[in-house]
Amino acid sequence: MSVDKNMNVLIVDDYKTMLRIIGNLLKQLGFNNVDEATDGSMALEMFKNKNYGLVISDWNMEPMSGLDLLKQVRTLPANANVPFVMVTAESKTENVIAAKQAGVSNYIVKPFNAETLKTKLVSVLGDF
Amino acid sequence: MEASGTGIRRDKVINLINSVIEKVGAADEISREHIYAELKDLHDIIEATRNEINATRVTDISGTHIPTATDELDAVVAATEVATGTIMDACDAMTEYAEQLDSAHKDFMVMQVTKILEACSFQDITGQRITKVVRSLKTIDEKVSNLLQVLGDKLPAHTTATEAADERTGDARLLNGPQMADKAISQDEIDKLLEDLF
Repeated sequence: MSVDKNMNVLIVDDYKTMLRIIGNLLKQLGFNNVDEATDGSMALEMFKNKNYGLVISDWNMEPMSGLDLLKQVRTLPANANVPFVMVTAESKTENVIAAKQAGVSNYIVKPFNAETLKTKLVSVLGDF
Repeated sequence: MEASGTGIRRDKVINLINSVIEKVGAADEISREHIYAELKDLHDIIEATRNEINATRVTDISGTHIPTATDELDAVVAATEVATGTIMDACDAMTEYAEQLDSAHKDFMVMQVTKILEACSFQDITGQRITKVVRSLKTIDEKVSNLLQVLGDKLPAHTTATEAADERTGDARLLNGPQMADKAISQDEIDKLLEDLF
């Protein structure tokens, strides 16, 4: 099954720079319907108006962290199974375990490159 | 020199106290004037120490140095954010321009722009590291302020340095920001960990 590149993608990060980097890289990969949020609570609000086919989220954000967002998203009836990729500088073993237990689809440690992002997206979405 | 001077003063204080205790115990034979004179010496030493602490302008640490340092670091974060935004604007312009080029040149241009974009993530990483430093400085600021409050009325009986306990609980304890190179695990290790889990 081919990946629908017109799917809605939500990227969540409290650094504008990172939102822009990921947005540009997604654009290069052909994803054009990309929304941005600057923390988990803002992202969660956006789920009320739209369904997403992919979430790419930072972890360390205020007031709602990426981990809390992930836990909340996994309880949303219409979006519980949305692929959720954590992109974070948090690189301790316990972080990866906590994210996995919360249902993360994949985990990218910052700093990362375009190739890593593409590889991880292929692993959660399928080849494109 | 400083340590030696402090040692001599401490010895002098101990000798004075021992002398006073001894004379109080044998008060019948020693005049009150002798005891008062030695207590006066003790008082003078304590005052001299307090004055020396004031002379070091320790209040500047809390009042000036730390606020300045945190402001400077905040400014670094803001400046790098602006600079990174400018670099990325240029990247967007180059990407747009590349659309007019032939395939080979366009691919080359897009590849180079992608490398610049990847490198721009330094702003996020350095920003998080600086935030950690600012947090540490604010903790030092609090400790110094507490110490100064005590010194305002009297010298503390003793001070001991203790490492601040991590009072965070639950998931909050997992938020530690970027790790130093020798403590972080690599993307490959994370991938393996994810494969091994469950």
